[in-house]
Formats: sequence, C-alpha cells, structure tokens
Amino acid sequence: MSNIAIKPPSQSGIVNWMKENLFSNKLNTVISIICIYLVVKFLAGVVDWGILNAVFAADASACKAASDGACWGVISEKYRFIIFGTYPADEQWRPLLAMVWFVGLIICSLLRSFWKLWLLPLWIASLIGLGILMWGGVLGLSYVENTQWGGLPLTLMLAVVGTVAAFPLGILLALGRRSELPLIRVWCVAFIELVRGVPLISVLFMASVMFPLFLPEGVTIDKLLRAQIGIILFTSAYLAEVFRGGLQAVPKGQYEAAAAMGLTYWQTMRVVVMPQALRIVIPPTVNSFISMFKDTSLVLIIGLFDLLATAKVAITDPVWRAFYIEVYIFVAAIYFVFCYSMASYANNLETELRKGEQH
Amino acid sequence: MSEPLKSRKRLSSLIYSEKARGVFAQILVTGGIAFIAWYLISNTFENLANQGIATGYSFLSLESSFGISEHMIEFTPADSYGRALMVGFLNTMKVSFLGIIFATLIGFVVGVSRMSKNWILSRIAAVYINLFRNIPVLLQLIFWYTLINNALPSPKRALEVLPDVFFSNRGVLFPVPAEHPAYFWMGVVFVIALVGVWLLRRWALAHRDRTGQTFPYVWAGLALVVVSVFITYLVCGAPTEMSTPVLKGFNFKGGAKLSPEFLSLLIGLTLYTSTYIADIVRSGLLSVPKGQEEASTDLGLKPSQTLMHVVLPQASRVMIPPLTSQYLNLTKNSSLAVAVGYPDLVSLSNTTMNQTGQAIEAISIFMAVYLGISLVISLFMNWYNKKMALVER
Repeated sequence: MSNIAIKPPSQSGIVNWMKENLFSNKLNTVISIICIYLVVKFLAGVVDWGILNAVFAADASACKAASDGACWGVISEKYRFIIFGTYPADEQWRPLLAMVWFVGLIICSLLRSFWKLWLLPLWIASLIGLGILMWGGVLGLSYVENTQWGGLPLTLMLAVVGTVAAFPLGILLALGRRSELPLIRVWCVAFIELVRGVPLISVLFMASVMFPLFLPEGVTIDKLLRAQIGIILFTSAYLAEVFRGGLQAVPKGQYEAAAAMGLTYWQTMRVVVMPQALRIVIPPTVNSFISMFKDTSLVLIIGLFDLLATAKVAITDPVWRAFYIEVYIFVAAIYFVFCYSMASYANNLETELRKGEQH
Repeated sequence: MSEPLKSRKRLSSLIYSEKARGVFAQILVTGGIAFIAWYLISNTFENLANQGIATGYSFLSLESSFGISEHMIEFTPADSYGRALMVGFLNTMKVSFLGIIFATLIGFVVGVSRMSKNWILSRIAAVYINLFRNIPVLLQLIFWYTLINNALPSPKRALEVLPDVFFSNRGVLFPVPAEHPAYFWMGVVFVIALVGVWLLRRWALAHRDRTGQTFPYVWAGLALVVVSVFITYLVCGAPTEMSTPVLKGFNFKGGAKLSPEFLSLLIGLTLYTSTYIADIVRSGLLSVPKGQEEASTDLGLKPSQTLMHVVLPQASRVMIPPLTSQYLNLTKNSSLAVAVGYPDLVSLSNTTMNQTGQAIEAISIFMAVYLGISLVISLFMNWYNKKMALVER
C-alpha cells in the first residue's frame, strides 16, 4: 500500500484540545454547551450558598438571618459530638490516637513495600492496643464503658475489626468451598450462600434480638460486641467469595507441580498457592472493606451510635435543627474521603498488578 | 518388608492415608457444627420457656391491630399479622421493581456518557458515579427523607407543579383515572396481547430462518397491544372520570400518592445502584472488540442493527451476571426502609416482633423470603448463563 494516510502530528494547545474533546461535531458542540452551562450554574450556586453567603461562626441567630447561605457554624458547634459521640470530652484524645494509628496502619498495609510478615503481629498488637486505649481501666487510663463509644472511631472500628477478623475465616471458607471432601464443601457453601442471600440488616437484627436467646442463662454479651460478631460473620462470607476468585486464578499447573514435589495440602496452600492468590485478591478485598465501611452505618438501626447516628442526634437539637443539610454534607464528606481514596488506591493497584503479570 | 513392621504400617497408613484423614476431618467438622447447633437450640428453648414466650408460627393468624400507611392489597388493623407481612412483601417488591427499572435507565445513560468522547460529559458522569457510590446508601436515604419533610411546603401551600399535581411534605399527589371495571379488563387483555406478541415473534423468527424474509414483529406487536387494549377500553364504556387530589382541611383527598417514605427510599436506592450499573454497562460495552462493530458496518448493517444484533448480544453476556447481582443488592438494600419508616417486609416484621415478642419467627420469615428471592434469581442466572454460553467447537 503506497497511499497510507499519515496522521498529522497532533497539535497541542488548549484550542486544539477543546476542538477535539468538546466541539468535534454538531452534536458534541450542543452537548458541551448544555453541560458547561449546567456545571457553571451549579458551581456558582454551590459557591454562593456554601462560601459567599455562608455563616461560619457558631451563632444560630446569624445563621437564621442568612437564609440563602449555608450555616457551617453548626459543624464548629457539633463536630466533636458527631466525630466522638458521647465519649468523655477529656478522654477524646484516646479514640483520636486510635484512629490515627489505624489509618496509618491501613495505609502501611496497603503499600507494597510493607508487605512483610511482621505486619501480622503488628496488627494483632494494634488490636490489643485499641482495646486498651478505648476501654482503659489500666495504665492509669480511666475506664470508659463501650456504651459511650460512638462516632467515627466506632464506625472505623466496626469496619476494621470486621474485615481483619473475617480475613482468616474467609480464607478457611474459601478453601472449604474448593475442598474435595463433600461434607466440608456442603457446610461451607451453605454458610456462604445463606449469608450472602440475606440483607445485612437481618444479620444485625439477629445479633441484637436473637443472639441473646442463644446464650445460656446468665451469660450476656453487650450489644456492640454482638453487632461486631454479626459483621465479622457477614464479611467473612463475602471475603470467602473474593478469595475463591483468587484461588481459581492460580494456574492448575502450580497445584500439580507442588503435588509432584511431594508437598502436603497445607504446605501447598501456604507456600505455593496463598502467596499468589493473596496478591490477586488485595484490590477486591479493599473494595469489600469499603462496602463494609459504608454498611456499618446500618448499626444505627439497632441503636448503636456510629458516625451517621451521632449526626442524626446532633440535629435533634432544636437550636440547630434547621441546618440538617450542612450536617449531612459534613458526614457524607468524611465517608467520601475514606471510600474514594481507598477505591482509587485499589484501582491503581489492580492496574499495576495486571501490568506486572504481562511482563 | 519384615514381619514386625507390618502392624505398625497398618496404623501409620491410617494416619497417612489421605482418604482416612478426609473422612475423619468431615466427621469432626460435622460433629462440631451439630454440637454447636444443639447447644444454641437447647439454650434458646430454655430461655424461651423461662420467659414464657410461645414458639411456632400460630401468631400469624392473630389480629395485628396496627395500621399500615401504604398497602397494595386491602388492609385494616383487624387483619392478621400474616396479611401484614404479605403487605410488607408486596411493598418490598414494589419499591425494588421500580428501583430496578429507574436504576437501569439512569445507569445506562450514565455508563454511555462516561464512555463519550465528549470530555465534559464524561467527567460529569465520572463525578456522578464517584459521588453517589462513595456515600453510604443509608445516609442518602435519610438525607432525602429529611429533605422532603423539611424543604417541601405543607399541604396547604403545596407546589402545584403541573395542573392537579402537588408536591408537599406529605409526598407527591397526582390524578389517576377513577376506579372502573374497564381497567381490570384492559389489564387482562394486555397480558393476553403480550402472549400474542411472543407467539408472533416466534413465528417471525422461524419465518425468517425458513425464507430469509424479515417481518417487522416489533412494530406489529406494539400495534397489536395498543389496538387491543384501546378496543377493550371502548367496549367497556370508555370511562373518563378522574380522581384528582383536592385539599381538604390539612391534607389531600383523592388522587394517587407517592409518600415521602416511598420517594426517599426509591430515590436513594436508584441513585446508589445506578452508579454500579453505569460501571457494568461501561465494562460490558468495552468488552466487545472494536473489530466486531467495524465488521458489521462493513457488511452493510445500519448502526441500530449493529447495536441490536452485534454489540448488545455480546456485551450482555458480560453484563447480565453482575447486573443481576446489583438487582439483588437493590432488593436487599430496600430493607433499609425501616430507617425511613416505609412499610416494607423487614419494617413490618420489626413491628410484628415488637408486638408479639416472636423475634425468632419474624426474623426467620423475612430471612427465608430474601433467601428465596436470591435462590430464584441464581437459578435464573444459571439457566441464562447456560443459554448464553459461547458454543465452542
């Protein structure tokens, strides 16, 4: 072929970029103009309401006077309650420290250079540390009953402990589901499908209403712990399916080679299969954690004070009742920052891992 | 092998034999589960006996003595708990069904927009997806509910958006045709016409395979449905009476109503689920190789034919399984109705167990219903996957 059309070198510059991406034909031009109009109008409204006409001081009467602007004063007035719930004010550094520590730990655990074996004992130690910090009663810390826990620390704790504790359980269930022993397979499939078939709220209802009936007389476990157990069991079924995907992605030759070398089942899993499968499942595990983080908001239905519940309580205050939009935006923003950053990370990691496979 | 080693070998072969260990492990696990189950159940019976709570499902036939604000079948406080749960189930189905339709529509539009070459349209779609996906759906529901209750005026100052359509903090009211037997018969004829369309399609496809001639069954079917339903309407006396909402005292009478509870649940579930559907649509369309579209255009197919006969059938193979699981998620998430007070299955079960104390029975009923729905859907999925699986040589 002699008459190959050579693509002209793409021109740079903002005008050309706009021509290519916004105004390439008539339809596109119309769409772009409508979109730009709507975006500008929306952003102008948001800036007007949220910044220009907004009241930032914690002064309810000033807020009521400025009827066409946001009242961020409600946040400066209520943020401590929304974030920490009814945890004693003087001791709020403890949940704060616990949160900072765990966010740091999660970030470290997600960075590939930190994927070492010492992460495991560090996690266990951190969970024990979390208990000491939150409950207190030792090391000169005053004792705080867990009915006083609330807000963001509670939300984070339910999600983090839920996922971490569900991790080993999920691995066992996934292995069980792929086991060659029929009875073990049946039990694992039954558990996984039962849990995945019902909404989380039914598991939480079970934890709050039915669970006390299961225990022998005189033994009681408090509501928070029951909800936490429910969340762990619920998450483990979802993680089991994630891990099953990872196990299936390990080529059959790997199992066969391990068997040929005379490794036992558990050796094969520990040294050959798991290290490969776990790498694959990290992005979907993060996604599962994100769902759990969002879903912990359901505990408000059984009467625990998570981040959403404290926000709801904050706006029952008659003085600040009118400014519910600001409070919900504040809480939504907290959820958004956590979920969006983790989701972006999981996406990047997935792309990176896929690239690594192609080499 | 020497003689004394033989007996030792028999024992060790039992330990080292994979089969024996397998049997042993299974017995151990099953026994463990049976023991735990027995322990929990015996505790439960003991506790129930101590608290004087009767077991069994006989409470379902007792009089409920509570009212339900929204019911698709007749319900009064004199009706039984069983009927109340039925009302709840129908309400769950109603909100899930509408939610699935709207979420799919919005999801397709957003998913296609996300793939658009138009930069700003694609960015708007991306912002929409990230925003509504990363905020808990419960927070969204509660937000919409609070907004409808506080931002909309009272019925007395309701906004009349269209003639006889009112927006107020009691919900949206709009006129509907007044009750008349004609509508029942129109429904019956509609269903019969749908069966007719299905038969017509079968015949048209067989005809095409036999002779190569196409028959416009879509248009013919549409005409069949519209004409037959319209004729029924005329035959039954062509009722024109409407039921319009009218303000009486502090509230509206007449017309049909979408309650704030229903609306907030529907809006929240729809927006949240549509972000996931948008991503599914996008990855489905991306999964069809570009060559397929090009080849079909080169064969002279029109763009609509390319989409209908080449791209969508292949994309749907990728899209349908995750779509179904999103539909299932939406149905399960509709149980959050309890937070805004929409009388769905879970919410009415909750009322029932608070009144009767029959927690185990009430929870077991709604868990069984959700499990049943999941089971039906996964059976459908298996059937569909088999039907759609690539036939490989």
